[in-house]
Amino acid sequence: YMPIEIPIDKWPGSVRAITIGAMQSEGGTRERTVVVGGEKAMPYMHFESEMPHPPVIGMEIRDRRPDDWSPLLLETWKDVIDDPAKWAKAAEDTGVDLLVLYLSLTDREGNETTPEGAVSAVKSVLGASGLPLVVFGPGQAELDNNLLVAVAEATKGERLVLGICEDKNYRTIVATAMANGHLVSARTPMDVNLAKQLNILITDMGLPLERILMDPTTGALGYGIEYGFSVMERLRLAALQGDNMTQLPMIVTPGFEAWKTKESKVGEGVPASWGDWLRRAINWETLTAVALLESGADIVVLRHPDSVKQVRVAIDELMAVHQTV
Amino acid sequence: MALSGIQIYKLLPQTNCKECGFPTCLAFAMKLAAKQVELSACPYVTEESKAQLAESAAPPIRLVSLKSNGYEVKAGNEVVLYRHEKTFYNRPGVFVKVQDDRAIDDIKAEVARADAFTANYVGIDLTIDGIAVESVSGDATKFADAIGAVRSASQKPLIMISLNSDVMSAGLRAVDGETPLIYGASVDNWEAMAELAKQHKAALAVIADSLEGLVDLTEKIKGKGVEDLVLHPASAGLSTALIMNTQIRRLALKKNFRPLGYPSMAFASKSADAAQAITKYSGFVVLDQFAPELAYPILVLRQNIYTDPQKPIQVQPGLYEINNPKTDDPVLVTTNFSITYFSVANEVEGSGLPAWLLVTDAEGMSVLTAWAAGKFDSERIAKAVKTFNVADKVTRHRLVLPGHVAVLSGELESELPDWEIRVGPREAVDIPKFMKQAL
Ligand code: B12
Ligand code: SF4
Repeated sequence: YMPIEIPIDKWPGSVRAITIGAMQSEGGTRERTVVVGGEKAMPYMHFESEMPHPPVIGMEIRDRRPDDWSPLLLETWKDVIDDPAKWAKAAEDTGVDLLVLYLSLTDREGNETTPEGAVSAVKSVLGASGLPLVVFGPGQAELDNNLLVAVAEATKGERLVLGICEDKNYRTIVATAMANGHLVSARTPMDVNLAKQLNILITDMGLPLERILMDPTTGALGYGIEYGFSVMERLRLAALQGDNMTQLPMIVTPGFEAWKTKESKVGEGVPASWGDWLRRAINWETLTAVALLESGADIVVLRHPDSVKQVRVAIDELMAVHQTV
Repeated sequence: MALSGIQIYKLLPQTNCKECGFPTCLAFAMKLAAKQVELSACPYVTEESKAQLAESAAPPIRLVSLKSNGYEVKAGNEVVLYRHEKTFYNRPGVFVKVQDDRAIDDIKAEVARADAFTANYVGIDLTIDGIAVESVSGDATKFADAIGAVRSASQKPLIMISLNSDVMSAGLRAVDGETPLIYGASVDNWEAMAELAKQHKAALAVIADSLEGLVDLTEKIKGKGVEDLVLHPASAGLSTALIMNTQIRRLALKKNFRPLGYPSMAFASKSADAAQAITKYSGFVVLDQFAPELAYPILVLRQNIYTDPQKPIQVQPGLYEINNPKTDDPVLVTTNFSITYFSVANEVEGSGLPAWLLVTDAEGMSVLTAWAAGKFDSERIAKAVKTFNVADKVTRHRLVLPGHVAVLSGELESELPDWEIRVGPREAVDIPKFMKQAL
């Protein structure tokens, strides 16, 4: 055979390895922790560098029944959907690596979620499952801050990930994460420079980069995924080229995005060419997630157990090393 | 790789005879490098120089096209590793596989379903590109019959799968005059397959489980005069496929490595295989079977990944009529980003209720993106109302804003004092209910 000289990308930079969750010996109560990041090459280029930590799968759960979810998801989770502890356990049983708890704007009676309510939901999830936990506020600055501060204080030392930090609202969340031994998730709207800027602002407050995940935002398949796909490739390239402020693992929410689409949400009155509703919805979520894994996602947050199975198979195959340096 | 002006100059006669219309050979060479003139303008270039110049002008990844009965599927001619560097050009051909051990009527029915499949995505009709027929029986007659059955149900291009050259030959005779892809040539059968490809002017898939194996085969086959090749890095599992596809593209683009300068192909037995093939460099993707609920998202992914990052897909700004609106029907406002426009237009149309849809020039951005970028504000909306003479078309001046930009309603009331400004729902899915109940 004629020898082939394969072009090797030699990168000066690498992504930080970040640990989520703390076990008892580390000041928390988790039975397991996960490490994400640590890449020294573009995704799955095992012949250039070992990829020390596989990407992980998170399952999205809620503190209360999410009424606006697709009927397919409401059916899937029907036995546990009104109880975050049961939901957490059921989610863990699907084989995910971590849980992502979204706090809602209001409780079952329609009253604004209180800090006590949020803390009790988080505690019940921590009690029911030994997996590392990410907690996201409802997405309204003032309420997010109130709830997340209470949660952070009540779970000191657990190394939760708290979110969402955005350019308009990050100070309070970062401060409480810093004071209570947690991490934060920093979200920016699909832009390399905005992502860097926010990471600079957060580290300026004193939170070390080892405690920041970045969420570059993504769109679902058919609804802007190409922007998310490319911005993740660019962020990862920047990290490998040595840009300190982009050297963070990336978390994305394909489940949230994919299940918002009409293709997943609606089963009737849609074109026959869309095919079987449930399988289409699972494919929508799986394809969105796999495309994002290909572009560098370290954490994909999903909603349906069948998608988890398929994405797990994909990750296992992507991590299988047949050809080394 | 493209040659510089100086490199081209060295291949010219260097006599400065001016017959090409330029004062010197060097001036002509510079124009050639800039692709502003044709080489044929110089009558004196040697055959050897011509060959060298042609070789250097060839794209690093050869364009291979499969043809049948007016259909064509192309792959290759890509120029980047990452779509943000420029764009990906030729959307991978998506093929559905059938096997020749099935009953003829089953084959016909399955192929007819795949052939008829069409899903509309942002105004684009997504369809399957062709059919792959696999010989599992090993029987030449059966293979030819299966291909006949396929042809009775679909006229689209074929990929023909058998490692046995006698079987392949029978298959090829059934579709003479077309340019199918024949799969394929391995280390054991390459001579016979190359012969068939040449005879029938078919494209040929080259199969090996290592890059060295692929190179060895493409070189030998090219030596036999077959140039339309497609690489199949036959690998178990996603990581090897990804790595081999990446190495092939890097070698082609960065090293102009001719032996691997061809499009590649992949077989997808699960959705993740297809997602990787689309995002990471395959030129042809063969799906194990046809299912609309998988074909649709795969084709959408392909559409998304192959969108030019510099040009979001847009529709023409203007006043659109949906369900024959009358002068007292409502005017809904949206942006000219295709995904946005079609989400809204489809819902309004589906509701059966008449409405006017005012599409503003938001430079192809979604509602919130455009709003955040200052391309969708009360001023622009008011301007669109004037530009498209909306006030003359309706007697009842009622304008519905997308729920996501409810904040604009106050300002818009001052911009358009004689209009009633309403705020619609946030998501398009809720438009029919809103139109029935609130308008
Ligand atoms: C893809 C995307 C981009 C792409 C652009 C895509 C494009 N061509 O528009 C890129 C990466 C370029 C981009 C850039 C920016 N983006 Co952007 N982007 C998104 C993203 C991920 C998806 C947007 C999308 O395509 N949605 C799908 C379409 C179909 O939705 P839509 O247009 O809103 O239409 C729906 C509804 O509004 C409704 N609807 C539409 N019309 C009508 C009409 C009526 C009458 C009714 C009733 C309903 C209705 O129906 C549709 C379906 O439900 C969102 C976040 C997200 N996940 O939603 C952020 C988002 C919109 N972006 C945001 C921002 C801030 C920006 C930037 C300003 C960031 C920056 N500084 O660079 C820039 C601005 C652009 C610029 N300066 O060039 C923010 C906006 C925040 C806000 N609330 O103000 C968002 C929400 C992200 C976030 N959470 O921060 N973005
Ligand atoms: S015609 Fe050919 S040889 Fe004459 S000047 Fe032009 S390039 Fe040179």
